[in-house]
Amino acid sequence: MTQMFPVTLSGATARRQGQTLVGPVDLTLDGGGTCVVIGPNGSGKTTLLRLLHGAARLSTGRIDWACDTELAHRAQAFVFQSPVMLRRTVEENLAYPLRIKGEPKKAAHAKARDWAARVGLAGLLNRPAPVLSGGEQQKLALGRALISSPELLFLDEPCAALDGRSMRDIETILTEAKAQGTKLILSTHDMGQARRLADTVVFLLRGKVHEVADAKQFFDEPETAQAKAFLKGDIVE
Amino acid sequence: MGDLWSGLTQAFWLVVTLDSELVEIALRSLQVTLGALVVASAIAMPMAAFLAVKRFRFRRPVIALLNALMGLPPVVVGLVVYVVLSRSGPLGALGLLFTPTAMVIAQVIIIVPLIASIAHQSIRDLWQEYHDLLISMNVSQRQKMQTLIWDARRALLTAALAGFGRAIGEVGAIMIVGGNIDHATRVLTTAIALETGKGDFALALALGFVLIGLAITVNLGIHWLGRTEREGRW
Repeated sequence: MTQMFPVTLSGATARRQGQTLVGPVDLTLDGGGTCVVIGPNGSGKTTLLRLLHGAARLSTGRIDWACDTELAHRAQAFVFQSPVMLRRTVEENLAYPLRIKGEPKKAAHAKARDWAARVGLAGLLNRPAPVLSGGEQQKLALGRALISSPELLFLDEPCAALDGRSMRDIETILTEAKAQGTKLILSTHDMGQARRLADTVVFLLRGKVHEVADAKQFFDEPETAQAKAFLKGDIVE
Repeated sequence: MGDLWSGLTQAFWLVVTLDSELVEIALRSLQVTLGALVVASAIAMPMAAFLAVKRFRFRRPVIALLNALMGLPPVVVGLVVYVVLSRSGPLGALGLLFTPTAMVIAQVIIIVPLIASIAHQSIRDLWQEYHDLLISMNVSQRQKMQTLIWDARRALLTAALAGFGRAIGEVGAIMIVGGNIDHATRVLTTAIALETGKGDFALALALGFVLIGLAITVNLGIHWLGRTEREGRW
C-alpha cells in the first residue's frame, strides 16, 4: 500500500499555447473519501485531474505526493470521459493492464473474466470492444482501470452522455470500489451524482479553485456567491 | 492482338500442364519476394512504431526522408548492392552476388521505406487514439510499440501487401544482383525481360499473366488470412 496522501498543489499552473488552463492552484487533498471536482465547462476540471495523474505537464508550480511521485502515479488509474477502447475483445481489454505488468496470460484472463462479471459484461467477453455501446464501453473502461487494484482512481466525467441506468450501474461499481479501499477523484457536471458520491467538493471556476468544502457543507451552505449560483443552475462564467 | 491472344493461351497451357520451368521460376519468385517481405516487415514495422511513439530531435526529417525513399530507383539500389557484394566490395567475401540472397537484400532495401511509411501513418493514427490510455497505464516504450503493432495489424497488412506488390514486380535491381542465371536466380520478371529481348512476346506475355495471377492469388490469400473485410477496423 502506497501512502500517497496528502497531495499538495502549490502554485500549480498549466498553460497551453499562451493560454492558462488551470492555476495557479494551491490545494491540499487528504484522500479521505471521494473528492468530486465540479465547475462549468472550461473551468479546468479535466486538466486538474490530468495534472494530478501526471498525464499533463505543469507549466509552473509543484505537486507533492506524500510518497515518491513515480510510485504515486503507478498506484493510480484514470478513466477518460470518452473511453479509449483497445482494438481487442472485451476480455483482452480487461486483461491488458495485468499483461503489461507481467502477469501470466492464464491468470490475467481468469481475472478478466471475473471482472467482466463484476461490471456486467460477462456475456460480451468475445465482443470487440470498439463496437460496444457507450455505457458498455464506460463499464469496460472502469473494469480495466480497477482490475489492477489502483489505490487512487481518477474519473473524468465518467457518466457524461450516459442514460440513468448506465449511470446507476457505474455508480454501483464506484461505490463497491470505494468500499474496498480505492480512493476516488472524479469530475462531473451532474450535481445529482456529485451529491450521491462526494465526501469533499472542489469547485473550480476559470481555472482556479473557488471553494473546497465538505460535501454536505458545500451543498447546504456554499460560501461563495458563484458556488450558490452554480448550484442553483444559473450560468456562471 | 495476336501476341496477346497467343500469350493468354500459352499462359493457360503452361499453368495447366504445370510446366516444370515455369513452376521453378514462379516458386523462386515467391521465395525471393516473400523472403524479402518477411525481413522488410520485421525491420519496417518496429521502425514505424518507434517513429510514432518516440519524440527525438530529427524525427520529422527522418520521416520525410523515409517518405522520399519510397521512390528509391531500383536500378540504383541494385547497383549499390552489386558494388557492396562484388568480389572487391566490402562484403565480397560472403560470396552472395548472383544468389537469391543478394536479390532478397536488394528487395528489402527497396521495400523497407515503402512499408515503413505506410505503416507509420496507420500506427500514428492509432497512437493518437491510444496516447492518453497508454500514458496513464505507465506502459513502457517497448510495450507501447508492441501494442500498437498488434492492434494495427490489419492496417499493417495493407502496408505489407504494398511491399509485396512492389517486390514481386521488381526487375531492375534483381537483374543486376541476381544476374538472371537459369536454374539459379531467374525469376518471373527477369525471365519476362529476357524473352522480350529475344523477341518471344507470346512467352513473355504468358509469363506476365502468370505473374499477375500469382500476385493476385497471394494478395487474396493474405486478405483472407487477415480477415480484413470481415472484421472491419478493429
